[in-house]
Amino acid sequence: MYTGKIRQILLITDGCSNQGEDPIAMAALAKEQGISVNVIGVMEQDVIDEKGMTEIEGIAMSGGGVSQIVYAQQLSQTVQMVTRKAMTQTIQGVVNRELQQILGRSQTIEDLPPEKRGEVMEVVDELGETVELEVLILVDTSASMKHKLPTVKEALLDLSLSLNARTGDNQFAVFVFPGKKNDVEKILDWTPKLQSLTSIFSQLTTGGITPTGPAIRTALTSFNSKRSLRSLLTGDDESFLEESM
Amino acid sequence: MMMNHSLKSRCKVSPGSIITGKWHSNKYTVLKELGFGANGIVYLAKFKNTQVALKMSDNGMSITSEVNVLRSFAKVQGSTLGPSLLDVDDWNSKQGQISFYAMEYIQGPDLLTFIQRKGKSWSTVLFLQLLNDLNKLHENGWVFGDLKPENLIVTGPTPKIRCIDVGGTTLQGRAIKEFTEFYDRGYWGLGSRKADRAYDLFAVAMIMINTAYPKRFNKTTGGILQLREAIRKQKDLLPLEKVIVKALHGQYSNALQMRTELLSLVMDNKNIHPENKPPVTRTKGSHQTQKVNQPVKQPRSRQTYRRRKKKSRWFETISITIFIALLYVLYIFQKLL
Repeated sequence: MYTGKIRQILLITDGCSNQGEDPIAMAALAKEQGISVNVIGVMEQDVIDEKGMTEIEGIAMSGGGVSQIVYAQQLSQTVQMVTRKAMTQTIQGVVNRELQQILGRSQTIEDLPPEKRGEVMEVVDELGETVELEVLILVDTSASMKHKLPTVKEALLDLSLSLNARTGDNQFAVFVFPGKKNDVEKILDWTPKLQSLTSIFSQLTTGGITPTGPAIRTALTSFNSKRSLRSLLTGDDESFLEESM
Repeated sequence: MMMNHSLKSRCKVSPGSIITGKWHSNKYTVLKELGFGANGIVYLAKFKNTQVALKMSDNGMSITSEVNVLRSFAKVQGSTLGPSLLDVDDWNSKQGQISFYAMEYIQGPDLLTFIQRKGKSWSTVLFLQLLNDLNKLHENGWVFGDLKPENLIVTGPTPKIRCIDVGGTTLQGRAIKEFTEFYDRGYWGLGSRKADRAYDLFAVAMIMINTAYPKRFNKTTGGILQLREAIRKQKDLLPLEKVIVKALHGQYSNALQMRTELLSLVMDNKNIHPENKPPVTRTKGSHQTQKVNQPVKQPRSRQTYRRRKKKSRWFETISITIFIALLYVLYIFQKLL
């Protein structure tokens, strides 16, 4: 049985990057490390231009994730839907690989007769409920996002409500870009609860540039440092997991 | 939004197209689109001279997931909440493989439209039916999840409430798969999104509120205070306040409990929906099944009550006229003498 974790970056932005590395390349880098990148483009009265759209789709595509453009009012529902969808997608990918090992090369879930698919789906559902999930949330705080931040905060609290209803554990971290001093600033370290966001979000200042690429790169290092810290401790953790299966 | 768009265009099928299943080779002729949701499009189709509903999606997993739910519904004895499943298959379209399933076509207006057309006296009856069906569903370990008026269809000839979208149906104890904010406990800050019986009952209470506010309303302060305020402002909701508030608080441990209290509230309170049109029940007339008999009593007693009220009003007017006439006669006599 698959006992790994699912790692995701959730990028919330309203336009094109204008500084640092190409975010699409950074998303590809994330995918190489088994981290999927999902992007939500938030609109209000303004419309995201063609260039911004292409970038948003590009990041999600090369990051193996899901993208969606929404009006600010629908953000809550979208954030949880995108996260869930990306999670199922990852699990499906894993299940497909397992199937290929059992049934031979080009077999995926879709190639099974509909009757058999149901059983596989039950496994996917079960995993989606119990798997450990790590979501790193990257929030664009460039000037145009300023009045959308309260909505973003609401949506993130709503996300933690949705995900914490699962049986599996969740870890969240929140980064904003641009930060006060650097391109990216960590405002909430890995935690199972997002509630502490409320106070932090009201103090956020917004800035001019949009360094999306560097933000994704920094986010990746955060996943890695977390893993290396964990690996010191998890030696017997893993065997415990195996026993309990 | 954008994804929905692309999804819509991918399994967009024009009327007249023939869908042939890859595995079972059944042929379906598409008649028209019935509606679309987050997970696909539903079409009305013809199969061997019967009408069926086809749900198509390019996300095969969501189709499989819904099929799983419908299959397990079929095992539940006497439950008629969801549509019955007829076929599951894939279709090789020009755009690629599209998964679909065929189900029974449930025809009728949605809950709010039905109540608008037929009068509010029906709403309680339908809620009693719904709670009964939900109880069966809960007994079998499921929670409906995305309960909302758009997903509730009232079929005839004897009005019966049915659910048409099982995309949100979740095993108890898991996280709710799909929901709509207005009917969601979490959105109003009144509980978690874990699938339990009280989650569905919360949604039922919100639908009750929805019947008085067809356009819904937005969250301002959220929480029980805003919802209570909304109930108090509508005189149609006031008689049901006790049940609604209790369900919003999650104080019912099962649907039958809520049903019993709703029923006793309706039977005790003669003043529910005072300005109702009673003729609705009369049209059905002579051949009524036992099921409908119960609610019929309700408006009839109200009718007599109203008639009596009318009579007393007449009596009042006549006596006042006579009294004034008498005074006038006395006055004239006095002047003459």
